[in-house]
Amino acid sequence: MTLLKVENLTMRFGGLTAVDDLSFTANAGDITAIIGPNGAGKTTVFNCITGFYKPTRGRIGLGALDLAQMSGHTIAANARVARTFQNIRLFPRMTVLENLIVAQHNKLMRASGFTLAGLFGLPGYRQAEKAAVEKAKAWLDRIDLLGRADDEAGNLPYGAQRRLEIARAMCTDPVLLCLDEPAAGLNARESAELNRLLLDIRQRDGVSLLLIEHDMNVVMGISDHIVVLDYGKRIADGTPAEIRADPAVIRAYLGEPEGDAA
Amino acid sequence: MPRANAAALKDAGIAGFVALMLAVPLVGFRTIEGPSGLTLQTRFDWVAYGVIAVFIGRLLLNVWPNTWRLRPQRAQQTSNAQHQTTMKLVALGGVGFAVALPFLPFADRYVVDLAITVLIYIMLGWGLNIVVGLAGLLDLGYVAFYAVGAYSFALGAQYWGLNFWEALPLAGALAAMLGMLLGFPVLRLRGDYLAIVTLGFGEMIRLLIINLQGFTGGPNGVSGIPRPSFFGFPFAREVEDGVMPFHELLGIEYSTQHRFIFLYFIILVLALITNAFTMRIRKLPIGRAWEALREDEIACKALGINPTNTKLTAFAIGAMFGGFAGAFFATRQGFISPESFNFLESAFILAIVVLGGMGSQTGIVIAALLLVVLPEVGREFAEFRMLLFGAAMIAIMVWRPYGLLSRRAPTITLGSGGA
Amino acid sequence: MEYFLQQTINGITLGAVYGLIAIGYTMVYGIVGMINFAHGEIYMIGAFVAVIVFTLLGMMGVTWVPAAVLIVLVTSMLFTAAYGWAVERIAYRPLRGSFRLAPLISAIGMSIFLQNYVQLLQGARVKSIQPVVTGAIPLIETGHFQVAVTYIQILIIVLTVLLMIGFSLLITRTRFGRAQRACEQDQTMAALLGIDVDRTISMTFMIGAILAAVAGVMVTLYYGVVDFFIGFQAGLKAFAAAVLGGIGSLPGAMLGGFLIGLVEAYWSAYFSIEYKDIATFSILILVLIFRPTGLLGRPDVEKV
Repeated sequence: MTLLKVENLTMRFGGLTAVDDLSFTANAGDITAIIGPNGAGKTTVFNCITGFYKPTRGRIGLGALDLAQMSGHTIAANARVARTFQNIRLFPRMTVLENLIVAQHNKLMRASGFTLAGLFGLPGYRQAEKAAVEKAKAWLDRIDLLGRADDEAGNLPYGAQRRLEIARAMCTDPVLLCLDEPAAGLNARESAELNRLLLDIRQRDGVSLLLIEHDMNVVMGISDHIVVLDYGKRIADGTPAEIRADPAVIRAYLGEPEGDAA
Repeated sequence: MPRANAAALKDAGIAGFVALMLAVPLVGFRTIEGPSGLTLQTRFDWVAYGVIAVFIGRLLLNVWPNTWRLRPQRAQQTSNAQHQTTMKLVALGGVGFAVALPFLPFADRYVVDLAITVLIYIMLGWGLNIVVGLAGLLDLGYVAFYAVGAYSFALGAQYWGLNFWEALPLAGALAAMLGMLLGFPVLRLRGDYLAIVTLGFGEMIRLLIINLQGFTGGPNGVSGIPRPSFFGFPFAREVEDGVMPFHELLGIEYSTQHRFIFLYFIILVLALITNAFTMRIRKLPIGRAWEALREDEIACKALGINPTNTKLTAFAIGAMFGGFAGAFFATRQGFISPESFNFLESAFILAIVVLGGMGSQTGIVIAALLLVVLPEVGREFAEFRMLLFGAAMIAIMVWRPYGLLSRRAPTITLGSGGA
Repeated sequence: MEYFLQQTINGITLGAVYGLIAIGYTMVYGIVGMINFAHGEIYMIGAFVAVIVFTLLGMMGVTWVPAAVLIVLVTSMLFTAAYGWAVERIAYRPLRGSFRLAPLISAIGMSIFLQNYVQLLQGARVKSIQPVVTGAIPLIETGHFQVAVTYIQILIIVLTVLLMIGFSLLITRTRFGRAQRACEQDQTMAALLGIDVDRTISMTFMIGAILAAVAGVMVTLYYGVVDFFIGFQAGLKAFAAAVLGGIGSLPGAMLGGFLIGLVEAYWSAYFSIEYKDIATFSILILVLIFRPTGLLGRPDVEKV
């Protein structure tokens, strides 16, 4: 079943066309990877899907919603699309636990009666906060950071920050999780752990994943479906095995000396 | 090390030369307004002293860099729990002292009056801290809300006969509404644009007050603002028939001191309410969202937090406390004029927040005490007050960009929180 | 019609002054990404140096006007540049890379410091000098109204245009200009390519100060009065001009300056002089709401 349907997506910055009439789909329950050489427009596609850019043209269908028409925070809040960033964006001076609680903001905001009930310490809000902490604890357990819950997020080692960012995105209860180069900067052991975590998210939480990645071990190891971009256009689309054998992909990666052959 | 010494000498020489360039025109010559236009007086001796001082100072800095140079520092690391216990004790002690203060033997009228001033700035600092410290929005026009609060009471009393207790909620509500009105369009702006727009806004309010002379009294201000009564019992020796003054109510001798002590307790309670509110709201989702916004707005958007609404609440709530403080200021002074609400006032409140360590409630108390009491102690240097104030702002930023107490207490922990 | 023309001339003159100050804001913002809050004070210092040097020249008996104006311009530019350099070195350089509000707060401190420094050294009273450049060219003469452009207005506008041309050449054609633009884009990369970033930033502050000094000299000549507080209002308006034109854009700063000057002149003439500052700030806020990047600024794509 199709979850995300990108149709004729085009994004121009002044004279530069970063994404050019791109169409692809991602199925519910799949791990879909977007790959391509540097500058192929992958992050721009992500920014369009998650509402940071308003596409020049095109439709991004998710269920009955068109994400291209929605802006900023409403995509995370209403369409339930969560994301992580290429250069990790945690709240560095807040604790690990607080990062996960902030992610549950909208739910807690309603529970706190938009602050009023919370100010007077009504039991409904206390319950909700307790549940939020339990959920955070469960995630901390899964990403192996339970012991560091009260440390500042900015003080965590790099790999742990990557995992925490994923857990934080998951705390928003998404249907689609978009990961922008989750394996960047991880060593072999950490990236194997990441693979397990992502598979586990799909299995246990039933969340579909969309990821941009250069690390081919991750891409080939876990994706069900791969979309290859070059110069903002789709040049191939298929299963890992099909992509590996696709001449257009090989040309894009190896045919140009300055291409990124990651 | 002759080479190192030569370099140090050369560097000090350059510094001395720059000092010379700076000093020659403005220090070396003083313009005197004479009967036939300006004349000049020379002060080259001052220039010489200044240049020599800079040269030697720079030389010392170069020779012993580590002992002299101001370096940005971060708070030392002690355990969180330990730190929080200390802070709690300090806070309790502080409140206890504040309650007892008017009854201590040395607390004459002057001391109580000074303490009231300190408390006004503490309250303003705590109010602005919601905006700057928690939500990370640089507001350079906070004084506008203070002015709106003060004028709501002054004009409310003048035109509609409102008393202080009736005007207080009105002052807060008007200030908050104005905060929303301004905030709605401008809160999308980047940090420093916001700073300038709020600064312009503060100036606009002041200019409006000056220009709407028929309504606000213009530059002459409003006088005869009523003093607060003790829930209907006024502080006065002589009263009209049928009204019982405060001293008869308690059956004690009349003293002018009573009114000051009462004012002192009003502002103490107002300030403590501000503090309690902030402490509480920090632990609510909205408060956490403020801090998250300060840390990373883009990440907040990705988590579905509406940045505009979140900032707007911070802005409006901060404004509201400014309005309360303004109403109190009006009743305490009995007279207000636009000159009390200029940019320097905004800068002063901001300096308290920043010096205290943004986000730290205790830090703000220390900073307000320092900035209000020190100039009072060094009265003979009164004319250098603002000069030193400006220099101190720079020095503090260079030395401790994160303020005196920059330790942030987590709003929830697994150890003691909701778990 | 005649009245309108006269106001236009006055507005353009005023706008030229704002534009010259605005360039300093825009350049500094472009290269270090901060509002140099003390820039208005730099302009005020430029004006004070001008008053002092004029008085000195008068006492020494230099009466030939072109020579006097030239000497004043050069000395004011020189000394004010030293202030620009020192401000950056003392209050901003140690904070580079610190958290983002720190330099702005330090700048506010610097602004307060400089204001009081000048007040203490030169006194709080208004300093006035004799008119130096007098005379005007009448343009249109009707029965009761004369439209004229004074020599000083011509001097201000011509000098501003010349400086703008020279300045544009400096930024586009010289080694310093290249370094300056490179540092705006990416300081780390510029440093790796052998550009002395500290020096380039210092130069930027000095050039901004030099242009502000010219504005200060011109205002001294134009109005003949100066006090220690003029930097605050002028700085705020010039900043509004920089934002209006699109911060980071040099032609934008100039355009913004002229627009603000014209608004001020027309508003004073046709509505009320008391509300001219309110009008200026309102325009600033409106522009920021509807076109946050200003008139000539590049659209600002949020970096994610």
